[in-house]
Amino acid sequence: MHELSIALSIVEIAVETVEKNGGGKVEAIYLKLGTMSGVVKEALLFSWQMASADTPLEGSRLVIEEVPIVVRCTKCEAVRTLDAMNKFVCPVCDQPVANILQGKELQLTSLEIV
Amino acid sequence: MKTPRLLEIRENVLKHNDILARNLREKFELNEVFVVSLVSSPGAGKTEFLEKTLTLLHENFRVAALVGDLATDNDAERLARSNAQVKQITTGTICHLEAAMIENALADWNLRELDFLFIENVGNLVCPASYDLGENLRLVLMSTTEGEDKPLKYPTIFNTSDVAVITKTDIAEAVEFDSEKAKKSIESVRPAMQIFEVSAKNGAGMIGWIEWLKNKAAISKNRRSINARRQTNDGGIALGQI
Repeated sequence: MHELSIALSIVEIAVETVEKNGGGKVEAIYLKLGTMSGVVKEALLFSWQMASADTPLEGSRLVIEEVPIVVRCTKCEAVRTLDAMNKFVCPVCDQPVANILQGKELQLTSLEIV
Repeated sequence: MKTPRLLEIRENVLKHNDILARNLREKFELNEVFVVSLVSSPGAGKTEFLEKTLTLLHENFRVAALVGDLATDNDAERLARSNAQVKQITTGTICHLEAAMIENALADWNLRELDFLFIENVGNLVCPASYDLGENLRLVLMSTTEGEDKPLKYPTIFNTSDVAVITKTDIAEAVEFDSEKAKKSIESVRPAMQIFEVSAKNGAGMIGWIEWLKNKAAISKNRRSINARRQTNDGGIALGQI
């Protein structure tokens, strides 16, 4: 479980950004989390309170947008969303697919500041 | 009451690690050292496989290894038997290696003196998936005792790896391991993945793996020199001249 250290990295980047932009109180932090990021949403949310305690982010909400796995099929050339992360085949033509377009994100997208 | 404002960031959470990993990758390239990281569950046979790999390469190449564990330097002691340069990284309570740990461990090593560097990660099929270490190849191992569906249970680490090695084939029959089923699981998670089946204990399959690795390193070296020549022709600086 490395979600606590991921949460600490989020705090670090957010604090840095707020300071650079004239300060303020952070209400919410928006994060994109890919299915294949290797990070578990529930564990990250669980770590959030602990990671943000005694920092300018204490009391803020961590809002996670889950990003599914999106691939481009080499046979039908369509962009497809996969339902499971252990079956890398085009759901329509059953072709094995390896090129992932989305689903590995672990990205801070924005901060809501008052 | 103040209206909230939205501040766009668009930054990777692991940007510090990613930057360090990129720097490491450039450094490895500049010094012409081919780097392979190894990931697996605890007890899959990483150390045994690595010891044999180091021994087989040691005849003709300059090889070294970094080995990560929460505690003890037992693995470093085992690997040192191959006469390769070895350093233990003890992570304390951290369940994976990060680029900064690799940078620290290599601080007093001269990479110019190496052809191959292996990085044995902490035995864990979850957390190491998220951390780039600047390696050329990530190698994932699973043993015949683990069950053929391991890749289906831990898809992220198998998908982010470049090559898979099935270990302990010497006891495959005794544990009723179904090799075709295991390979199908790997391919389901990572289509067209290169797979090797080996027994580090009796040596089966090891030569095939070593030859493949040597080819990979040669191709990478060749590509580097072509790029360097191209840069020189463009009026840039050749990597070899820095």
